[in-house]
Amino acid sequence: MDKKKIRVLVAKPGLDGHDRGAKIVARALRDAGMEVIYTGLRQTPEQIVETAIQEDVNVIGLSILSGAHTHLFPRIMELLKENKVEDIVVIGGGVIPEEDIYELKKIGIAEVFTPGTNTKDIIKFIQEKVK
Amino acid sequence: MEMIEKIINGDRKVAAKLITLAENDFNQAQNILKELYSYTGNALVIGITGPPGAGKSTITDQLTKSLRKQGKTVGIVAIDPTSPFTGGALLGDRIRMQDLSTDQGVFIRSMGTRGNLGGLSPATQSTVRILDALGKDIIFIETVGVGQAEVEIVKVADMVVLITMPGMGDDIQIIKAGIMEIGDILVVNKADKEGCERLVTEIEMMLDFNPKSKWRPPVLKTIAIDNIGIQELLQEINNHLKYLNESGELEQRRQESAKKEIFDLIQEKWKEILSSSINNGFLNKIAAKIVKREEDPYTAVKKLSNILIHSYTQGGMNK
Amino acid sequence: MFNAEEINKIKKSRLKWESNTLKNTLPFFSERKDKFVTGSGKEVARLYTPEDLEEFDYNTQLNFPGQYPYTRGVQSTMYRGRLWTMRQYAGFGTAEESNKRYKYLLEQGQTGLSVAFDLPTQIGYDSDHSMALGEVGKVGVAIDSLKDMEMLFDGIPLDKVSTSMTINAPANILLAMYIVVAEKQGVSLNKLKGTIQNDILKEYIARGTYIFPPAPSMRLITNIFEFCFREMPLWNTISISGYHIREAGATAVQEVAFTLADGIAYVEAAINIGLKVDDFAPRLSFFFNAHNDLLEEVAKFRAARRLWAKIMKERFGAKNEKSLMLRFHTQTAGCTLTAQQSDNNIIRVAMQALAAVLGGTQSLHTNSRDEAMALPSEGSVRIALRTQQVLAYETGVTETIDPLAGSYYIEFLTNDIEKQALKYIEKIDKLGGASRAIEQGFMQQEIQNSAYRYQEEIEEGKRIVVGVNKFRIKEKPPKGLLKVDPEVEHHQLMKIKKLKESRDNHKVKATLNALEKAAQTEANLMPFILDCVRSYATLGEICTILRGIFGEYKESIKL
Repeated sequence: MDKKKIRVLVAKPGLDGHDRGAKIVARALRDAGMEVIYTGLRQTPEQIVETAIQEDVNVIGLSILSGAHTHLFPRIMELLKENKVEDIVVIGGGVIPEEDIYELKKIGIAEVFTPGTNTKDIIKFIQEKVK
Repeated sequence: MEMIEKIINGDRKVAAKLITLAENDFNQAQNILKELYSYTGNALVIGITGPPGAGKSTITDQLTKSLRKQGKTVGIVAIDPTSPFTGGALLGDRIRMQDLSTDQGVFIRSMGTRGNLGGLSPATQSTVRILDALGKDIIFIETVGVGQAEVEIVKVADMVVLITMPGMGDDIQIIKAGIMEIGDILVVNKADKEGCERLVTEIEMMLDFNPKSKWRPPVLKTIAIDNIGIQELLQEINNHLKYLNESGELEQRRQESAKKEIFDLIQEKWKEILSSSINNGFLNKIAAKIVKREEDPYTAVKKLSNILIHSYTQGGMNK
Repeated sequence: MFNAEEINKIKKSRLKWESNTLKNTLPFFSERKDKFVTGSGKEVARLYTPEDLEEFDYNTQLNFPGQYPYTRGVQSTMYRGRLWTMRQYAGFGTAEESNKRYKYLLEQGQTGLSVAFDLPTQIGYDSDHSMALGEVGKVGVAIDSLKDMEMLFDGIPLDKVSTSMTINAPANILLAMYIVVAEKQGVSLNKLKGTIQNDILKEYIARGTYIFPPAPSMRLITNIFEFCFREMPLWNTISISGYHIREAGATAVQEVAFTLADGIAYVEAAINIGLKVDDFAPRLSFFFNAHNDLLEEVAKFRAARRLWAKIMKERFGAKNEKSLMLRFHTQTAGCTLTAQQSDNNIIRVAMQALAAVLGGTQSLHTNSRDEAMALPSEGSVRIALRTQQVLAYETGVTETIDPLAGSYYIEFLTNDIEKQALKYIEKIDKLGGASRAIEQGFMQQEIQNSAYRYQEEIEEGKRIVVGVNKFRIKEKPPKGLLKVDPEVEHHQLMKIKKLKESRDNHKVKATLNALEKAAQTEANLMPFILDCVRSYATLGEICTILRGIFGEYKESIKL
């Protein structure tokens, strides 16, 4: 009997405390039947990757609004690779300019959702990616 | 088996994957768990339960930090309710355990109850064993205590710490519901809040009425957020462990739990067998008869049971 | 405003209107929606009449500008006397770059400075701390020591400008730096004008840049109250902020309620350490959000003013008129800005700014159109400032005081927001006050629920966001966004290194030790922090000392 559920880690790397978006997404994913692990503010890349491993998540959702994504996202991708868990789908969200999105996708971030995104689009994206 | 080897050598990734398998496909996981079983039984398993907001995660966090200072390794199974409507769950216990997340001596796994009414995840027992095999000295199971969770947690934990706090308005409720009876150690957290002394007195009074075996549960006051009372709690845990060992109750409890587990697993097994073996036109035929009053349901069930038992003991039933 | 007989008459004619005119029209021109709601989701009636203001009393509920309960404004001349302070929040990169931006803004006619600090500064980490990686100079200016602060205000005479600083957890340290810069400029402290945000409670609720737990944080705050009462009479010692609470998704009522509840907690904390209410209350200031619903927002500002005046008078027995006045800064709502068709943001900001002005704000920041995508560019900041200037000099809304007063809808909404906010405050009192309620996650959860509801309304198309869920177009990514030079981090690191080599490290150690000792007593820490700052101890070094004594706050949220 397969009772598989999609598990998602919603994490806030960096120092900004704007967690409105992260919490809304966490709730929307829960309402879409997923198991969402929420870890709170100021998560270091090391904390995020270790948590993802222990929780065996399918997806990591990173929310950041401070502009530090150019440093922190690549570091997280690097650590995932080091730990050989690069099969985890990583998505990002927040105030992220178009040109950075291009760069982030090059290093393996599956998708970046900017303000104004419908949570249903995020849900759909995850469901298609994980199935 | 390669997987077993890896887990007993401390591979967190493989352990995490096996936990997922136990959650998603128990039948398949069993094939591995049975090999793993001989490597388990070394950890002390402590249930942490109590109403929402009482501070379970914070206490678990503080206990773990203290244990780490003593050189002990810790596993934590943090269980939150799964929404019955959507099947999803928000698992937020890690928020209060952020400092532990990069400590290699600690492994935390968050789980949803996935439709299990008892407040535990159906895979709790397996997860505990996996963390045990992974080499964790102490394993905490943290779960919201409402109703049946208590009964369930006793099945998997060697001892139970029940946490409550003043001013929740449901102090009496907790006592009434008999939840207290499963607590080996009772903790009143947020002891700086108004009403703490009153609550402690009430609990002590209840304990006077309910003498529980030879062990009278101590009632402790903590302010977990400021790390106050945690050393005392740890001391009581040690005292209780000593009592359990010396009185032989630990052995007794574990045997009791094993019995319950066997029973649960058999029930599960039979449910599966039943649903797979009766799932044919046969059942429809009987149901039609019953509706037409050609047969009554009681006799039908009796007959059916006899057939099933017979065919199963003959080994004639397909798996 | 109307007597019973008149109300009765109006009621009769309304019923007549409803059963004749309206009833005949509705079948042909049905209404657009089943339910009309405000920006905060409160149901709006078709029409407001004197019937909705039955108990209304002009003298007690409105009175005149500059008179209790200050519904119509805190000054008797309002904008006829002096316009609001146009104060654009700015700062990024290094102190040198920000200093240039401030000078530019002052040249462009801005009348006050507002300093944005980067996140490591706000959380008490030096730029070389591992947690600061990637954050240095990003959302504000990086300040590690007095050296940076000296550069930040280089060539800006501190007796001529008023400066607002958005800093909370380490507010004492940045205030100390500002004071020492003034000393070096030869400006005496009693001439310094400005505001320090210094509002930790809303950090726990909504903004997230906390360091220490509530109790020591409240002590640091009251230390500033006490110090400024003696030394800096023109300085606003706190800016009790609803802005971020609203940004996190609160409704207008929640914004007012939670902000004033925080205010109550600060007043109580100050009284508890022996300050007299009229000694510190005149220097309390507030900070609100100007959201999309124009009329609801105007009512919100008026309701907040009235409610605070009553609280100060009735609950705390304040006698000084200035203690009763809710003076506030406003910023337009960042959360309403869209990345899609971003020029539309100019219009949103203009409407929101209008609400702030009609609501009687004392100072205003208007957001720039590109802020949903990046830090604002110079050109965008100029448009934002020009928006305020157009409002001030061209629209005529400044020529009479509180021009919307007497509107049935506005007065009804003002009453309603006050009433609902008071209910929340009573509830928070029951939970043991704001600190306790925060610890239990009460406000956080209320806000989360509102935020989720708002999002659902947008996704279900019940709430239209122009360019996002309606009137969409295909567009190219915007150009010319401001990027912080990645060299900033490197530059800061070099500066710290050099500083640590050149300063008198014995003196640094001595002042830090003295602070450590004092932190363990009940002493006011301001003099000790001033000594640390003067010896060029870094922000991070000072915070490390305080972290050691006070501990660190752990997030308390309910999901």
